[in-house]
Amino acid sequence: MADKTLPNSIDSTLDLLAKADYIADRSLATVLYLALRMGRPLFVEGEAGVGKTEIAKVLATTLGRRLIRLQCYEGLDVSAAVYEWNYGAQMIAIRLAEAEGEGDRARIEHDVFSERFLIKRPLLQALEPDPAGPPVLLIDEIDRADEAFEAFLLEVLADFQVTVPELGTVKALHPPIVVVTSNRTREVHDALKRRCLYHWVGYPSAERELKILRTKVPEIPKKLSEQVVAFVQALRKEDLFKSPGIAETLDWAGALTELDIIALDPATVSDTLGVLLKYQDDITRLDGTKVKALLDEVKSELRAAE
Amino acid sequence: MAALQGRLAENILYFARALRTAGIPVGPGTVLDALQALSLARVVNRDDFYWTLHAVFVKRHEHTVLFDQAFKIFFRRRGYIERMIASMPPETMSGSPKAPPPGVQRMQEALFYGLDQLEQQKSEVEIDARMTVSDREVLQRKDFAQMTAAEIAAAKEAIARLTLPLDEVRTRRLVADRYGHLIDIRRTLRASMKAGGAVIDLKYLGPRVKQPPVVVLLDISGSMSEYTRLFLHFLHAVTDARKRVTTFLFGTRLTNVTRAIRQRDPDEALAACSANVADWSGGTRIASSLHVFNKQWARRVLSQGAIVLLITDGLERDADDTLAFEIDRLHRSSRRLIWLNPLLRFPAFEARAKGVQTILPHVDELRPIHNLESIAGLVRALSGAPARGYDPKLMLERVA
Repeated sequence: MADKTLPNSIDSTLDLLAKADYIADRSLATVLYLALRMGRPLFVEGEAGVGKTEIAKVLATTLGRRLIRLQCYEGLDVSAAVYEWNYGAQMIAIRLAEAEGEGDRARIEHDVFSERFLIKRPLLQALEPDPAGPPVLLIDEIDRADEAFEAFLLEVLADFQVTVPELGTVKALHPPIVVVTSNRTREVHDALKRRCLYHWVGYPSAERELKILRTKVPEIPKKLSEQVVAFVQALRKEDLFKSPGIAETLDWAGALTELDIIALDPATVSDTLGVLLKYQDDITRLDGTKVKALLDEVKSELRAAE
Repeated sequence: MAALQGRLAENILYFARALRTAGIPVGPGTVLDALQALSLARVVNRDDFYWTLHAVFVKRHEHTVLFDQAFKIFFRRRGYIERMIASMPPETMSGSPKAPPPGVQRMQEALFYGLDQLEQQKSEVEIDARMTVSDREVLQRKDFAQMTAAEIAAAKEAIARLTLPLDEVRTRRLVADRYGHLIDIRRTLRASMKAGGAVIDLKYLGPRVKQPPVVVLLDISGSMSEYTRLFLHFLHAVTDARKRVTTFLFGTRLTNVTRAIRQRDPDEALAACSANVADWSGGTRIASSLHVFNKQWARRVLSQGAIVLLITDGLERDADDTLAFEIDRLHRSSRRLIWLNPLLRFPAFEARAKGVQTILPHVDELRPIHNLESIAGLVRALSGAPARGYDPKLMLERVA
């Protein structure tokens, strides 16, 4: 990976992603390019398994930056996300100071709350200068954190700074590349979204999905890959509670390849349906006859396209 | 940048205004962002132009459709975008294969300036016409002025006076709590520094409590029409007092009116609601409305331990397995499902209707909601405190 500078056009952003086997469509490349150039966080939303988290990982590898990941959960607080004091070491320092006869309280306090005793958590790490360039900060599944944390993020995302009461404000010299993802299990507040560039990652077109599949599972037979993609695309048109994402397509293709299958048949599909569909209601909805009908439809369409 | 601010800026400004008319919140800061983005992206074709503006203006998935329509109408003329792209000053095109030779831009401006202005006005008028009225469905606006004015005024006042008590659930977030069970090392250490570290005075943490979200599904079909008006007032009061209330109205289809009902003035809020909803006082299709809710909204609004208020009389003619399936799913994905049924005002109410029988086994609580007293009872129920002299479980057994 020779080129580690930021891309300078939409096309080079596409190429950059493709270099790490991420086949993006032009709309994503556009918003990503703008986010990089305008120094804005990128807010990606979409169903599970469409490659949201992957964007940040790919950015980090292709740009040769450090990836700092903050996985959100309910109750995530400052001591887990930003910083924590090393209490054990602080206690020892206090005792030592006492043993040495240090009586100046202000002095002890100053020493104890210095950077030496600070444990840096992801958000603070992301603001630090890095020899490889500003890191990629991935704030994953922000919808899982509660609103209180969201409000806290406003300062970080708008000004790329955090305030540690005992030390002062830490501001990034070079702002990190921030990617925020959400599965939309609740609405994230507009104030946070306003500071970001927003993008909805949808299911890919058949053409792009085929490209992704062949890139990620290169050993898959050509005919099988076409059938897999056509079947998954048909499945997404069904009235399902949770449509399969790209991750499921890849898993399924991997499973079928492991089973040495070269073409889809109703029995195989029914047996491996659990890889694609994760809700019992959806699986019962797709009984044997339904699978057969779908598969016949898909096959005749593929034949017509040849 | 200065030249870019000229005609292109003006066009983007008009476009932003059109988006605002269409219902996408666009602030002046966003317009500046759009201009910066356009100058950075070095747009060369229609698609890039589209996605660049999309990246800046759209902040919600639902707005993509609106943006798409507005974009198509606004930049419909062939060659219009190409001219706009060409009108970007040379410095923004640096590095792109063909920088227009000097003079071309002035020519273009001279040639197209008047033309664009004309087109501009035309497209604006059309956007107004297309965006405000849905031509797919004849809007059947429900006139709210059906009750006597005195009655409404009294009821509204009473509802506004209801104080909504704090309904609390424990969250996983910790706050300082004198009687908490976890030691807060940070505060402990800070406090002990006061004494130079000689005394260690333990400080504690406990779980924070907060109000859980409330999701309301209100039936606005014909059989409920005499109540909906007052319920909306009640919902407005609830929305005003609590942080997270999501309100859906359903008759033949489901409409999310959360934003409309959040307006400060109750009358304005209700007017906004009635403007949003297409099926006032029509038929009821509980099953299909619940299906839409379960599929599109449940995972977005029920995730944080929400209480669901289902306000309906349960009179569904085609109550079959789908209704049972959907209400069961709703029950399983909500923390507490409270059914508010105005028909309970009749003491002899029995679950004879098929729809009522289907819903009944799947709700946690059944409550009447036909007068102010019952609304007050509901308020108590929302607080989690047991209602005096009223056992919702008994009510369930009685009607079953």
